[in-house]
Amino acid sequence: MQIYLPIAELPVDMLLVLGLGAAVGFISGLFGVGGGFLLTPLLIFIGIPPAVAVATQGPQIAASSLTGSLHYWRRRALDFKLGSVLIVGGIFGTLLGVLFFNQMRRIGQLETVIAISYVVLLGGIGLLIFLESSRALARSHSGKTPPARRAGRHQWYEGLPFKMRFHRSGLYLSIIPLLVISVFIGFVGAVLGIGGGFILVPALIYIFRVPSNVVVGTSLFQILFSMIAATILHAVSSHAVDMFLAILLIIGGVFGAQFGARTGAKLRSEIFRLLLAMLILAVAARFASDIVTRPAELFSVTATETAR
Amino acid sequence: MISRLLIALCAALSLTGAARAQTSNLIATLSRDQVLIQSNFTGETLALFGTFTPGANSTAPYDIVVTVRGPRGAVTVRRKQQFGPFWLNLDNRRYIAIPSFIAVISNRDIEAIASAEVRDDLRIGTAALIPPQTAARGNDPEFRASLQRIRENEGLFYEDEEGVRIIAANVFQANIALPGIAPLGRYDVDVTLFNAGALVAAQQLNFTVTKSGAEQIVARAAFIYPLAYGIITTIIALIFGWLASVIFRRD
Repeated sequence: MQIYLPIAELPVDMLLVLGLGAAVGFISGLFGVGGGFLLTPLLIFIGIPPAVAVATQGPQIAASSLTGSLHYWRRRALDFKLGSVLIVGGIFGTLLGVLFFNQMRRIGQLETVIAISYVVLLGGIGLLIFLESSRALARSHSGKTPPARRAGRHQWYEGLPFKMRFHRSGLYLSIIPLLVISVFIGFVGAVLGIGGGFILVPALIYIFRVPSNVVVGTSLFQILFSMIAATILHAVSSHAVDMFLAILLIIGGVFGAQFGARTGAKLRSEIFRLLLAMLILAVAARFASDIVTRPAELFSVTATETAR
Repeated sequence: MISRLLIALCAALSLTGAARAQTSNLIATLSRDQVLIQSNFTGETLALFGTFTPGANSTAPYDIVVTVRGPRGAVTVRRKQQFGPFWLNLDNRRYIAIPSFIAVISNRDIEAIASAEVRDDLRIGTAALIPPQTAARGNDPEFRASLQRIRENEGLFYEDEEGVRIIAANVFQANIALPGIAPLGRYDVDVTLFNAGALVAAQQLNFTVTKSGAEQIVARAAFIYPLAYGIITTIIALIFGWLASVIFRRD
C-alpha cells in the first residue's frame, strides 16, 4: 500500500516504512538505544532524501524517548537536575548542528559529511563497547572481579569549577564537562538524525560515574528535549520534517520497541553489549565501504531551485 | 509594371496564406488540466486527444510529436572523484532552466519524423530540451549526459515513440505518464504536427500538478507556518509516545 509523503514529495510503501520502524524499534527496545543511527541510513537507502530522513528522526526519537523517560520516571530512575544541565547543553548543540546541517546541504556535501561522521562516530563507539564488553565477558568467565577505583584518585576534569551537587546520582560535579559533552551530542544528533544515547550513556557511566540505575532514564530525558528542539529547528530552517513519515515510523517503532524490550530482558548484559557493538560496527563498515569504494554512479543531480 | 508585380505578390501571399490555413488545422485537448496529488498518489496517466485536417495536396503521412515539459529550475550536477582513499563530490556544473520533467511522445521514432537540424531548431527530443550550462566552468558534455541519464533512470525524462496512436483517420490519442515523483507545478504540452519532415501545425496546452487534501495542508503548513508546523509535529509525536507508555505500561 503506497502513501505519498507531502514533504519528501514521493510515494513510499506504507508497510515497508511501518516495518522499518518496527524492526528498528525492536532493536532499540532490545538494547535501550534510540536506533536513529540505524533508521536514518535505512530511510536514505529506500530513497528518502537525506535531509528529510535526518530531520524526520526528530519527532520519531522524541516519541520513543518520551515513552522511555516516563517508564524510568515512574521507577524514580531519573536524575532531573543532571538531566536539566544536559538539556541546556543539548539544545545549544542542536542549534549549532542545525546551522551546520543547512550549510552543508547548501554546498552539496551533506551526504559526505553524514557518511564520514557515521564511520568515525559509530566506528569509535562500537569499538569501545566491543572491547569493554569482551573484556567483561572474559572476566566473568575467569571469575575475577573488576578492579575497583582507588579512593582519592581524580581525573583532571573533576577539578574544574562551577560544581553542582546531584542528589539522585549522589555526585558532586563541575558542570563544564557535562555541558561540553551535551553540546557535542546535541550537535551530532541534529546533523546525523540520531538521539545520541549510544554516546551519552557510556559517557555518563565511564566519565562521570553516574550510577547505572539512573543513567538510561537521564539520558532519555536529555534526548527527549534535544529532539523536541531538533524537530522545531529543522522545521523552521530546512522545512524537511515530514509529518506523515514521522507518524508511520513512530507507530512501527512503538510496537517493535515493546517486543524488543521483552526479548532484551532475557539477555545477559555482556553478551547484549557485545551484540550492540557488533551492530554499530556493521553500520560503520557499511558507510566506510560507501565512501572508499568507487561508486557505480559517479554523478548526482540536485534540483537547487524550481519555479512553481 | 510595378503595380502588376504588386498584385502578383499579393495573390501569391494570399495563396500561401490559404494553403497554410488549410494545413494548420490542429486541435488537441487534454483529459484534464489539473493533476491532484493525494495520499494515494503513485503517478498518473493523462490522455490527450487531437484531430487535424490534412493539407489539400499532400500525400506524405502526417506525424505527431507531443512534448511535455515540467516546471523549470536550476540543477546542480555533481561528480564524485577520488580524494585520498575517499570518493567525494569534488566537481560540479550548474544548469539553469532545466525542465524538471520531459516527455517526448510520438507516433514513430522522432529521428524518422524530422531531420536533426529541424529537431534542434524546434527543440524536439530530450537532448534538444536540455540547454547547455551557463556557469563559466567549461562545458563538459559528460555532466550534461549524466543529467539526462539520471533523470531517465528516475522516469522523469523519457521518449515514447509509440505513445501517440492514430485511432481514426486524422484523429490521434496520446498518453502522458507522470511518475509518482513528478515535480509539482505547471506543465507545458506542445502538440506538433509534421508532414514530410516539416512542421505544419502546433498547439500549446498546459496542466498543473498540485497537492490536494491533507497533502496540501501539511506541505503548505510546513512552508508557510514552519514554527507552528514544527510544534504540532512535536505534539503529535509526544502524544504517540505518551500513549505507548500508557498502553504498554508494565508496572
